[in-house]
Amino acid sequence: MMKGLFKSNMAIMIVFTAVVLTAPIWLAPIGASYPDLLQKFAIFGVFAIGFNILFGLTGYLSFGHAAFLGIGSYTAVWSFKLLSMNVLPAIIFAVIVAGVFSLIIGFISLRRSGIYFSILTLAFAQMSYSLAYSVLTPITNGETGLQLTLKDPRVIDGMVGIPVTDSLPSTNFFGIAMSGYEGFYFCAVFLIIAFYVSLKIFRSPYGMKLRAIKSNQTRMKYTGFNTRPYLLSAFVISGMFAGLAGSLMAVTDPLAGAERMQWTASGEVVLMTILGGMGTLIGPLLGVGIIKYFENIFSALNDAALHEIYNFLPLGLENVMVAVSSPFVGDGWHLTLGALFMIVVIFLPGGIMEGFSKLSRVFGKSGHEATEDVVSESSSKTEGEK
Amino acid sequence: MGNILEISNVNQTFGGLHALSDINLQIEEGIIHAIIGPNGAGKSTLLNCCIGRLKPDTGSVMFNGHDMIGMQPHDINHAGMVRVFQTPEIFPELSLLENTIIPALAKRDGTFKFNPFATLSKEKDISDQAMSALADVGLDRFADQHAGSISRGDKRRLELAMGLIQEPALLLLDEPTAGMARHDTNRTIDLLKKIKERGMTKIIIEHDMHVVFSLADRISVLAQGRIIATGTPDEIKNNPKVKEAYLGEEAEDES
Repeated sequence: MMKGLFKSNMAIMIVFTAVVLTAPIWLAPIGASYPDLLQKFAIFGVFAIGFNILFGLTGYLSFGHAAFLGIGSYTAVWSFKLLSMNVLPAIIFAVIVAGVFSLIIGFISLRRSGIYFSILTLAFAQMSYSLAYSVLTPITNGETGLQLTLKDPRVIDGMVGIPVTDSLPSTNFFGIAMSGYEGFYFCAVFLIIAFYVSLKIFRSPYGMKLRAIKSNQTRMKYTGFNTRPYLLSAFVISGMFAGLAGSLMAVTDPLAGAERMQWTASGEVVLMTILGGMGTLIGPLLGVGIIKYFENIFSALNDAALHEIYNFLPLGLENVMVAVSSPFVGDGWHLTLGALFMIVVIFLPGGIMEGFSKLSRVFGKSGHEATEDVVSESSSKTEGEK
Repeated sequence: MGNILEISNVNQTFGGLHALSDINLQIEEGIIHAIIGPNGAGKSTLLNCCIGRLKPDTGSVMFNGHDMIGMQPHDINHAGMVRVFQTPEIFPELSLLENTIIPALAKRDGTFKFNPFATLSKEKDISDQAMSALADVGLDRFADQHAGSISRGDKRRLELAMGLIQEPALLLLDEPTAGMARHDTNRTIDLLKKIKERGMTKIIIEHDMHVVFSLADRISVLAQGRIIATGTPDEIKNNPKVKEAYLGEEAEDES
């Protein structure tokens, strides 16, 4: 019964949409419901969903996807400067330009597989970063980052008669300003669309062929498939998702800097995907949620906040607990994340999603089937190995 | 009937070693042709030349009018030649059903088809086809299991099903029973006999004489990189050169 429910795309999409749109409500108790963080959840969600189509399905680990994120941001900001503050052209151009770049980089990088592919993508991303940081300063405005100015032409805005103001205009979607909760809901719509696309791909013959490439590429070739166009198309799709995420960053905050393309940014999406569960539909989103939550909430905790949390304990014990906990919060949030990552990789190589399917197996067969379907859409690798 | 595969004057050296010398072999359409020979006789090298993995120093390999040398694996498949490997080459992380759906899709979709918005579960004809291919090799009851979790003999039968579903003109079987227990071997022989009627040509590379003599219509014997005899099983059994080079005591035991 449960199984049938989650077999249908419609049911999954209704649940997913409801969960995303009510996020400001159910995230409130853990202090994560302010628009800035919600926007980050949605934007990185798009990024990770796209990355998972390449990494999760084909197993090709790209260490350079932040380059497409940065390219998306730069393109979007240029669209704001030259054409219009309306976000629609910015997003469209960003996706197209990121797609073109990923076609070129993918075409070259996919000549190799495994670690060599990862190194090639890493090299490309670092090259893009250096180009943006110094060489291409006229286009990227170097280390300051690309920003809006009052002198920008904004041709389309001028033509449709939007008055020029003394202050910098804000990004808008046909008049609706893209800040605060409006900004979140705008990004959330793209997150829902991105999730739907990923769901369709996972359940298509194309998606199954991508999984088969991950499983045994030699067999795929002798079965009559030319694997290169499959890999390249998956690479371009994920690059376009990254470009979309980059443009959404510019939509919510119209500036673009080179640091967005650095390898640490590429590494972050890898961590998110692995932490949540690569090759699963929801895993990457969980990874995004956890990492962004740690980055924004744990990093803001200080000793005073800790004292408040441990308030219920006797004073002596309270002080001990604060002393023990404090290295793990504030600036030390990376420590917590690192420890969590190690625990997950060692005990749950399939990510948090594997944890869920293990739990549901403990709690009975029917639950197991239901989760198995939504959760580990792609059969988890570890299971096959056992 | 004509010849489906023609190997002419193939020579292959590795350094100073003559792995294959002056190989001339014609495979007739519709039969089971076995290639036997002791270890190191060049069986695998010959097979790799047939599927374009190795480029021989001289000579040509023509299959159904295609020159096989230097051809891409996926083009070889669509030309109608399918190889079943010695160590099972399957998709261990996918289910058995998916393992057989993949080659069925290859036959329908060609080398590349971009259809990310089609729904797999609606492809009823493909999954029915895959299911009956599994049934042919007796694996249909495991359809939902991961292919990595079944026994080695079952994996090899699964790979056979993956080959058969494409209905190739020529099926290359590289030691289909190597490493199998006796009863498993007999199951595979029965299976190969059963599918003999379908009219596809098969080349079997084999060690096991029991398998070869119970299946093959024609046999070629390779020794030290040369074909020393080609003929019917009876001719091969009674060929003195073959007895000397290969069959040795085993042939004497049987007579």
